[in-house]
Amino acid sequence: MSETARTTAAEEFANSATPMQKVQHALHRYPWLSPLIVLVVLIVIFAILGFGFDVGSLENFAKPATISLMLQQTVIIGTLAVAQTIVILTAGIDLSIGAIMVFGQMVMANLAVSATASNVTFMAGQNPYLAVIIGVAVATLAGGVNGFLIVRFNLPPFIVTLGTLSIFTALTLIIFKARTIQGKEFEGAQDVMGIMGKDFQIGPFGFTIGLVVMLIVYVVMAYVLRGTAWGTHVYAVGDDPTAAELSGINVKRVLFSVYLTAGFIIGIAGWITIGRLGSASPNVAPEINLETITAVVIGGTSLFGGRGRLVGTLIGTFIIIILDFGLSLAGLDQAYRVLAIGVLVISAVAVDQWIRKVKI
Amino acid sequence: MARAFGGRRLAFVASAGVLALGLAACGGSSDSGSSDSASSDSSSSESSSESSSEAPAEPVKVTLITKDSTNPFFVAMQEGAKEAAAANGVEITIGSGKEEGDDQGQIDLIEQAIARGDAGILITPMSVNVNAAIEKARAAGLYVIALDTPTDPPDVVDITFATDNCLAGEAIGQWSAGWLNGEKATIAELVIFDDRVVSVDYCRANGFLTGLGVEVPDLADMTSPAKSGSYTTGAGGDYEIVCLEATGANEEGGRAGMEKCLAANGDINVVYTINEPTAFGAAEALKAAGKTIGEDVIIVSVDGGLAGVEAVKAGDIQATSQQYPLRMASLGVEAIASIANGGAAPQNTSANGEFFDTGVTLCTDMPMDTVTSAPQESAQYCIDNAWG
Repeated sequence: MSETARTTAAEEFANSATPMQKVQHALHRYPWLSPLIVLVVLIVIFAILGFGFDVGSLENFAKPATISLMLQQTVIIGTLAVAQTIVILTAGIDLSIGAIMVFGQMVMANLAVSATASNVTFMAGQNPYLAVIIGVAVATLAGGVNGFLIVRFNLPPFIVTLGTLSIFTALTLIIFKARTIQGKEFEGAQDVMGIMGKDFQIGPFGFTIGLVVMLIVYVVMAYVLRGTAWGTHVYAVGDDPTAAELSGINVKRVLFSVYLTAGFIIGIAGWITIGRLGSASPNVAPEINLETITAVVIGGTSLFGGRGRLVGTLIGTFIIIILDFGLSLAGLDQAYRVLAIGVLVISAVAVDQWIRKVKI
Repeated sequence: MARAFGGRRLAFVASAGVLALGLAACGGSSDSGSSDSASSDSSSSESSSESSSEAPAEPVKVTLITKDSTNPFFVAMQEGAKEAAAANGVEITIGSGKEEGDDQGQIDLIEQAIARGDAGILITPMSVNVNAAIEKARAAGLYVIALDTPTDPPDVVDITFATDNCLAGEAIGQWSAGWLNGEKATIAELVIFDDRVVSVDYCRANGFLTGLGVEVPDLADMTSPAKSGSYTTGAGGDYEIVCLEATGANEEGGRAGMEKCLAANGDINVVYTINEPTAFGAAEALKAAGKTIGEDVIIVSVDGGLAGVEAVKAGDIQATSQQYPLRMASLGVEAIASIANGGAAPQNTSANGEFFDTGVTLCTDMPMDTVTSAPQESAQYCIDNAWG
């Protein structure tokens, strides 16, 4: 809403600005610009080291097969990061993302698993489509629980999702006994449950259905955020809830719907995870919460809400995966990769703080 | 508004983030077991009314602390402990770290056991960081048994009940040499960490290389073996270690790690995995890359969970060293109950005399005569004896 007016003012100002201020304004207007620069620089460095110098196995970095693998590796973090982005846009945070995903995925898997497999719960042997729908619905509901607690009782999102992180982790262990469901235990339902992992070739590149679904989630949500009233309200609530309230936006309803939507996306991510791993495991990706937050922050979305783009999050996800993969091919220990991510996160927040000081 | 309070809110988010890590670390299931023990009524009838300060004898209390509560290996351990506790009238408390690497979660649980007045602790120690807490527990009179993973140094605990992880690794290494039969070994190593030193990690991985006949200069350093050279077991031949990828010992880590290794070198024909969940992830990556497992490439692993040995039968894993977590935990509970009732402490039985050996079996449907470190059994035998 007010954003259009503000950027116009900023543009006018930029005409008489120093080069540094121009950079600041550009970054302010396009929050995804700095991560994009980082991504391009990373790719160029890895490619040069691979072709020009003989560093580890980096000569394989720019090969289609490697690029395909890197793209496929983004699906879990990438999809969850969409949910994290819309939450962070409202100046919230969701620490329960991984726990809800695992819970939803275990609901799906335990419904769809063959009733003749050993040690299954009473609910086994359902139609796989029904299983997926119920699993996604449960995740949506779980997101709704977060939203309800935050809106109804005015609790900080950080505390609520910290609590539900433990609750959904525990529920997974209590209800499903920490049992991993193997792909073959789905029997006839395996095709449906594992469809997100199905791969296909376009030229020399390999893609998975899950990757396509992730990109669809990005496109749809990007449109919703930029092209609908709801999206505008999300930004407004994140920027300044009091002003949003005064301008007639039902802040509580917007917040609740954001967590509900996040839950739905998390549910989809659960299905994608089953496809990627070929099984449903309760101990997959224990650090996924922090990784999604990392992707969102590196992607230029402000932790203080109201500013950021989904495309930035997608770029942030690519940065995490490519940095890790490239440094691995270079033969570097994981400790250095963790170090590099840490430096990136702090740099991203520092840049965000600097951009916020833009004079309008 | 957001702008005005920006700095303060950032500080909140940052400090809260630290808080979150700390709180998450304290997680883990706590399961105070059934206390329907017969001991309380029988003994109270004997201790007559003359000493009113003397409480009736309480059931022996034992705490089991695993690394996490989701890995089927530890879930089996918890089952074994619960069963043995019920059979021996022991009150069992079960807890775990939040995940691999959560030292603080284990330390908290040890301190809780001391405060509760437990007779003993069974623990799969996360790392050397829990040593001090274990020593504190022993100083308070608790009998501490390490399960599966020895502490470093081993004498931090009273005794270790374990399968020899080094030996379990050696067995799959020897088996791999038999399968290779003189062919060049192009190896991918999928381990738990490469930024942290954990004995189960290096003992299995370097044990695997030792079994293959690769020289391991420093057992505790997974990067110490030369990246290429020759192996000596069986027919012997050249080897090349393509990668040492950290996986967190789960499916996603296994898949992503294998993908990185394959990108570095597509000719990998031997895949070592720290456990079977990791192997499943690696298998997915290999299949996606068009490899035929069992022909182009072999996957070897350690653990021997039910799903793992079923995968051996199905041909997704060629050989795995089966360990017996359920037995470790039940023997541990029995030992502490016995000591608390005045019985003798258990003695070390392993070949090197450093721990109480609960045994290991190599599960494979292609037995190799190069294997000397463990008895070889069929996948079906292992399925019948599997946990989880």
